[in-house]
Amino acid sequence: MQYLTDQLSVKIRDAARERKPVRIRGGGTKDFYGHVTPLDNHSGLSVVLDPTAYTGVVDYEPTELVVTARCGTRLTELEAELSKHRQMLAFEPPHFGPGATIGGCVAAGLSGPRRASAGAVRDFVLGVRMLDGKGDDLSFGGRVMKNVAGYDVARLMAGSLGTLGLLLEISLKVLPLPAMELTLRIPQNEAEAIRRMNLWAGKPLPVSATCFYGGELMLRLSGAEPAVRAAHAIIGGEELSGAAEFWSSVREQQHAFFLTGKPLWRLSVKSTTPPLSLPGTQLIEWGGALRWLAADDEGEATQVAVRNATNSAGGHATLFRHAGSSLAVFHPLAPGLMKITRRLKEKFDPDGILNPGRMYPEF
Amino acid sequence: MNAFKLAAQLRAFLPSEAVLHEIEDVRPYECDGLSAYRQLPMVVALPQTEEEVVEIVRVCHAADVPIVARGAGTGLSGGALPLSEGLLLSLAKLKRILEIDPVARTARVQPGVRNLAISEAAAPYGLYYAPDPSSQIACTIGGNVAENSGGVHCLKYGLTVHNILRLRVVTVEGDILEIGSDGLDAPGYDLLALMSGSEGMLGIVTEVTVKLIPRPEKAQVVLAAFGDIRAAGNAVANVIAAGIIPAGMEMMDQITTRAVEEFIHAGYNLEAAAILLCESDGGAEEVAGEVRRINEIMTKSGAIDIRISRDEVERLRFWAGRKAAFPAAGRISPDYYCMDGTIPRKNLASILSGIEALSAKYGLRCMNVFHAGDGNLHPLILYDANRPGELELTEEFGARILQMCIEAGGTITGEHGVGVEKINQMCAQFKPRELEIFHAVKAAFDPSGLLNPGKAVPTLRRCAEHGAMHVHQGKEKFPELPRF
Repeated sequence: MQYLTDQLSVKIRDAARERKPVRIRGGGTKDFYGHVTPLDNHSGLSVVLDPTAYTGVVDYEPTELVVTARCGTRLTELEAELSKHRQMLAFEPPHFGPGATIGGCVAAGLSGPRRASAGAVRDFVLGVRMLDGKGDDLSFGGRVMKNVAGYDVARLMAGSLGTLGLLLEISLKVLPLPAMELTLRIPQNEAEAIRRMNLWAGKPLPVSATCFYGGELMLRLSGAEPAVRAAHAIIGGEELSGAAEFWSSVREQQHAFFLTGKPLWRLSVKSTTPPLSLPGTQLIEWGGALRWLAADDEGEATQVAVRNATNSAGGHATLFRHAGSSLAVFHPLAPGLMKITRRLKEKFDPDGILNPGRMYPEF
Repeated sequence: MNAFKLAAQLRAFLPSEAVLHEIEDVRPYECDGLSAYRQLPMVVALPQTEEEVVEIVRVCHAADVPIVARGAGTGLSGGALPLSEGLLLSLAKLKRILEIDPVARTARVQPGVRNLAISEAAAPYGLYYAPDPSSQIACTIGGNVAENSGGVHCLKYGLTVHNILRLRVVTVEGDILEIGSDGLDAPGYDLLALMSGSEGMLGIVTEVTVKLIPRPEKAQVVLAAFGDIRAAGNAVANVIAAGIIPAGMEMMDQITTRAVEEFIHAGYNLEAAAILLCESDGGAEEVAGEVRRINEIMTKSGAIDIRISRDEVERLRFWAGRKAAFPAAGRISPDYYCMDGTIPRKNLASILSGIEALSAKYGLRCMNVFHAGDGNLHPLILYDANRPGELELTEEFGARILQMCIEAGGTITGEHGVGVEKINQMCAQFKPRELEIFHAVKAAFDPSGLLNPGKAVPTLRRCAEHGAMHVHQGKEKFPELPRF
């Protein structure tokens, strides 16, 4: 396997010497995410780096609650291995296609329905082995739960979209699968649904996911049977059949809401933010902290409205899916943050070759 | 710049009592919880507002004066050790709780607010702030961010990095950064992760928004005694394998239980080679079910004696012994030296037998307390600094333990931080290129290198030698604080 990492390292070194952009691409399931730049493998103007051959679980000790896998390992395979031992990736990552890899999962930094209760990808990253923009093989963090030696570069990699380095191996904390899950369906209006999601999150109830759409609040309970039963009695609502399919359709964006082909905005806001009035339809997750907007149009005015709404709600907005829009995908950073962001990029990738423009057009 | 000139510049906008430079005034700031290292700062500043912090940083930046930020000064690795030519920036007076939002379950606080004060303020709403480092009655949230503090409940509830949402940070260049958001994530790189555990080297935190979570209805603890350490280690693995994430899971070896029982009378089995404390929390029925399962697992794992707390008084008594482990070390030995390695738990038995062998080799006793759930080991080496050569032997012993932790796939510090104490061990854990990346991260935030220079990340030149935490009886900085 070392020859594979050596090969990847040589490719990065060569690209750095020639200042050729490197597009890191695993399963290609998240090609749509971020600023889309054309893949160019043949004209010699850029290099596509495909690490999917670097695959396999390096180390998995269920009783340590830690798994270490190579970047090309498919998410489906990793999750299947964990479930054999009744464990899971608690951040419930979206796959967006059968080819999704763990490297892409961490680089994209996207979490699914369980995020509000269990935590995000970055919360479960314990360590990484990576190649930086010079092709140097570096390791940060480790395979243990607690580690305060050095800055937390491993967590920094989560969501950095391959702009700081190519992840080779990732160690993640895993958690036991809940003994029982039950989803409740509660007819509700939007304002009341937001109020209740916040109310219940403030009580010691095992709520593991929430979704409001079209006048219905879906709420998933996960845990020991007595806890789930007791919570059902308190919350009420009828039990949803086909719950697993429902949550999977929300996570994978196969739910009818996501299939309209309209531009999709992802709004991350304070969970108590009242209903946001924006042009389009919305679906709410994460106890009110995540609002998806299928926008009526891709126009400038909609963008301004969305950015303003999230600014006043203490959050940020991402143009998650679009049809080749020229709008900024990610929320603009304040000048002070942009200054540090640029410098970090320069330190990890001095020649600016790793996924340039994918996150912010400036680098 | 000399002390008088700097003090004068600071007094231009700070009240005179907020600027200290007389030796007797700055003396209380000469060390943090790691009192073996002492250094008088040139000047101490005690701002009360963020504007004052910005002004102080501007003055220091312009005059090229290094800044060491400090909260309550309870840290155990010398992270807040002053510099003789530097400013000691105490954030203890920024201690207002700015807002508790019981519906959104957040608290917005200034950095000098004590950890426990947040939970106290949230208690009327049935909420609390989860990370509970042992020094939580005194340590500040700003310091917790700097050290990424944990606590005995962190396997289930996470470390500081998992429980903060947003920071306001003053950079050395005088910018105010809002890192994180009121939502669950933020655009761009995860700077919140970098700030957590950055030991005051990247920026000065002036405001922290933390997550509050609902207080569980009930907690109960299972106290299990084992005839040998290996069986106790296996019991921990068996609990996890059964799909249980205990709220707390602590282990003590026999020398420790005997030392604490003498004055705490927690009721520990003194014939046992090791005891385990395994806590369950949640709804009443849920806890009853989980405790029953833990009891069965402990029995099957070979426990020679199991007790289950019958009420809150008994639960706290079982815990009292664990929490008294550090003071107990101070009772049975003139000095002790605390290590803070983390290991993959499966290697516990081999590490402990390694420590036993070293103990025999060096002729020094060692007590072992262990955050068993998350693999964080605190060997307490007992020694007498008044015996010539014993301190050096102890340091060598300690370095060998940390080396074993690294070799076992672990780390040199699980929760106490690197500070000045473990800066040399960083050389053993990281390759030069990795240390260079750490320096680069610092430079991205602090190009002038004025924030807490010389801590946490060794220069490549320096990589040699070793060190660790020393507590000299009667000379501890905070003898009254619990440490576990």
